[in-house]
Amino acid sequence: MDRFRLFPPQASTTSHEVDALFFALTLISLFFMVVIFLPIIFFSVKYRRGSPADRSNPRSGSFLIESGWTIGPIFLSLGLFAWGAVAYFRMERRPANAIDVQVVGRQWMWKLQHAEGKREINELHVPVNTTVAMTMTSQDVIHSFFVPAFRVKQDVVPGKYTGEWFKPTRTGEYHIFCAQYCGTQHSRMIGRVVVMEPAAYERWLKSGEPTESIVQTGERVFHDRGCSGCHAPNSQFHAPLLQGLYRNPVPLVNGTMVTADDQYLRDSILQPGKQITAGYQNIMPSFAGHLSEEEIMQLIAYLKYIGNQPPASQ
Amino acid sequence: MNGTISDSESSMKSATELVVERPGEFARLNYLSVHHGVRSWLLTKDHKRIGLLYLFTILIFFLIASVAAALMRIELVTPQPKLVTSETYNKLFTIHGVLMVWFFLIPSIPTVLGNFILPMMIGARDVAFPKLNLLSWYIFVAGGALALWSLLHGGVDTGWTFYTPYSTTYANTHVISMAAGVFVAGFSTIITGMNFMVTTHKMRAPGLTWFRLPLFVWSLYATSLIMVLATPVLAITLALISVERFWGVGIFDPKLGGDPVLFQHLFWFYSHPAVYIMILPGMGVISELITCFSRKPIYGYAWVGSASMAIAVLGFLVWGHHMFVSSQSVYAGMVFSILSFLVAVPSGIKVFNWTATLRKGSIHFATPMLYALGFIGLFTIGGLTGLFLAALAVDVHVHDTYFVIAHFHYIMVGGMVMAFMGGLHYWWPKISGRLYPELAGKLAAMITFIGFNLTFFPQFILGYLGQPRRYHVYPPEFQIYHVLSTAGASILGVGYLMPLIYFIWAWKHGRVAGPNPWRATGLEWQTPSPPPEHNFEQTPVVRGPPYSYSAEKDVDLDVASI
Repeated sequence: MDRFRLFPPQASTTSHEVDALFFALTLISLFFMVVIFLPIIFFSVKYRRGSPADRSNPRSGSFLIESGWTIGPIFLSLGLFAWGAVAYFRMERRPANAIDVQVVGRQWMWKLQHAEGKREINELHVPVNTTVAMTMTSQDVIHSFFVPAFRVKQDVVPGKYTGEWFKPTRTGEYHIFCAQYCGTQHSRMIGRVVVMEPAAYERWLKSGEPTESIVQTGERVFHDRGCSGCHAPNSQFHAPLLQGLYRNPVPLVNGTMVTADDQYLRDSILQPGKQITAGYQNIMPSFAGHLSEEEIMQLIAYLKYIGNQPPASQ
Repeated sequence: MNGTISDSESSMKSATELVVERPGEFARLNYLSVHHGVRSWLLTKDHKRIGLLYLFTILIFFLIASVAAALMRIELVTPQPKLVTSETYNKLFTIHGVLMVWFFLIPSIPTVLGNFILPMMIGARDVAFPKLNLLSWYIFVAGGALALWSLLHGGVDTGWTFYTPYSTTYANTHVISMAAGVFVAGFSTIITGMNFMVTTHKMRAPGLTWFRLPLFVWSLYATSLIMVLATPVLAITLALISVERFWGVGIFDPKLGGDPVLFQHLFWFYSHPAVYIMILPGMGVISELITCFSRKPIYGYAWVGSASMAIAVLGFLVWGHHMFVSSQSVYAGMVFSILSFLVAVPSGIKVFNWTATLRKGSIHFATPMLYALGFIGLFTIGGLTGLFLAALAVDVHVHDTYFVIAHFHYIMVGGMVMAFMGGLHYWWPKISGRLYPELAGKLAAMITFIGFNLTFFPQFILGYLGQPRRYHVYPPEFQIYHVLSTAGASILGVGYLMPLIYFIWAWKHGRVAGPNPWRATGLEWQTPSPPPEHNFEQTPVVRGPPYSYSAEKDVDLDVASI
């Protein structure tokens, strides 16, 4: 019977929400199929040519009936829209208190890194009943991170960060598929999520070579690549300080304000001239091509870490 | 409108009787026999001959694209590759998509049945611009030749959607020549759309007011509107791809400072309305078939006609439903979701009205009617599964899976191709002057219906299980549904080959049809079959609404026995 399986495993909180709407839509579809197909079959038999049925006074339209089957479906549509939209809104909002995972897609593999520093390729180990939030980008073409058992999917787009989260409810191994066509080996850009009991996950996290955390790596990159030469509190150069920056508003030279989120930090590293902080000159060189996607993510993790510290005075 | 029915019935009746008096007559001096030789075809300005030129041309593309589909289905019988490499597989689905969409589905009903029937339906001698009509065929052939050139030199592996930055920076295949082929063919679409619009405005017979137009004309008008307004955006988008690919100008690739999601907005701004180019003409054909074979005027004429226009307009506002997981804003997603639900309403209105038309009819189950009923069944399933895709949370799961593939094949193949086949059978006696073998026709219609469902229904299940589209290899647990789908595809293939064979046979050997074998009321039936070069000996005058059928009077339709 396993070969004729009709539904994928339900292994996340989202999967229950999506399936509920899916079943509702299936029921509504069956309802419409009945109200359309039954009359067609009935009329086809009753009014087949030569049958003795009464054909007198046929009607060629009725404003009331037409309005009925126009307005009825409109209201039904609005209800279905609202249901789908509420669930979607929840799926798109990254919840607090989640385990962070950084994902970089490339032709044709998934590179993942946990906040503790542990790296994986095409595999993702996570603890059950814990929210996992991924920050994703691509170093070449568009990919899409799809876990059918969790009913989640999000395109992984070069040049920007997208997010995807899930809360697994069942231990086990589940498929990861790349869902956006990405070239020759697209169908081999697959992997698995391993959902583990929390204790087993902790053991797995500590196994193997000891690693430095993403924040520690980011701090190292910050110093090795010379960022600290300008952006450290004791620097000689007139550069914005980064403590207390994350998620706070930044005034720009053009008079507008921008929130210092991941995308802003990324753009400031790669295209420093794009959004210049008020009171500063654009003297920073671009790091495009000099930092890997992983290094940029590590840097941002470090900037987030110091970004949550109180602002330092210059 | 109702007040004029009796008036029109008498006029139509006399017209019908006029042509029934001469059953079985083959018009000796017709558009086929009046000129001879290759030159007379290649330089023809006759809309009927141009329709046949298109039929022949799109058939070639249909066959190539079908072979590509067959190779894919054979490959997918096993989870691991057996027949082709991944590179070849990716080229196969690209060529299948590009040829089917731009070189078969979009031109299918408009350029073949539309060209042939539209001027006759409105009582005109030809389209408004006969020379442009021929030019549009030459442009189409030039576009097709570029696409075939690209295919013969190794093909393209981007998918028919040409998503960036893969298509502009990473693909090593003949993207520019393929895009150029589609670009060129687009101008043929624009010219045809413009020609049909002007024809409908300026060439209608005396008395043929807008609300007396057959619904096929309304649907072609709505289609032409989309063709003229949307296709230029596709041309611009494809040109931008070539500019980025050839000169490295940063438009879509973030490494050059571009935005890959911008491409998706531009592409779907054309390609979603294009979906309606691919279904509206089919809906028009179905309105003609349902009325003729149930011997009833259409139920809710104005609603069915207005629904076509509503679809054409709303269809421009829903492109973002292809992008719910693309990183488009959540709020944009919500707007596109609600509009997508609303665009389903006019489609529903059509289905309800077709169903109501059957009531109190006198239903003849001839081949075109079997295709029409099959259309309603498959289009309904295709439309309802569209609701799953409009619902944001469910779309996230099924986006880019076989669920989407199944959905749009139910619309494009179950809908448009069924309508095309139904229309081709219905107007075949007019086109060729001869009847196709009826039994073979019915058999082919039923085989197509069964084969289609077996091919594509399992793909809904596959999609919800999580099978992504465009996968050359797949996990073994999906195999059973792929095997079912491939089995269905071979049945479907038989359903398509049969008409090809008996139409060719019937062209010379079919029984002579006479002017009006279906006892239909449209103006195109009030002239001999095949029609004379300029369609009508006298310009017809219209005195009432279309579809003045009466189900109370039993009529014999003239069908070939086998």
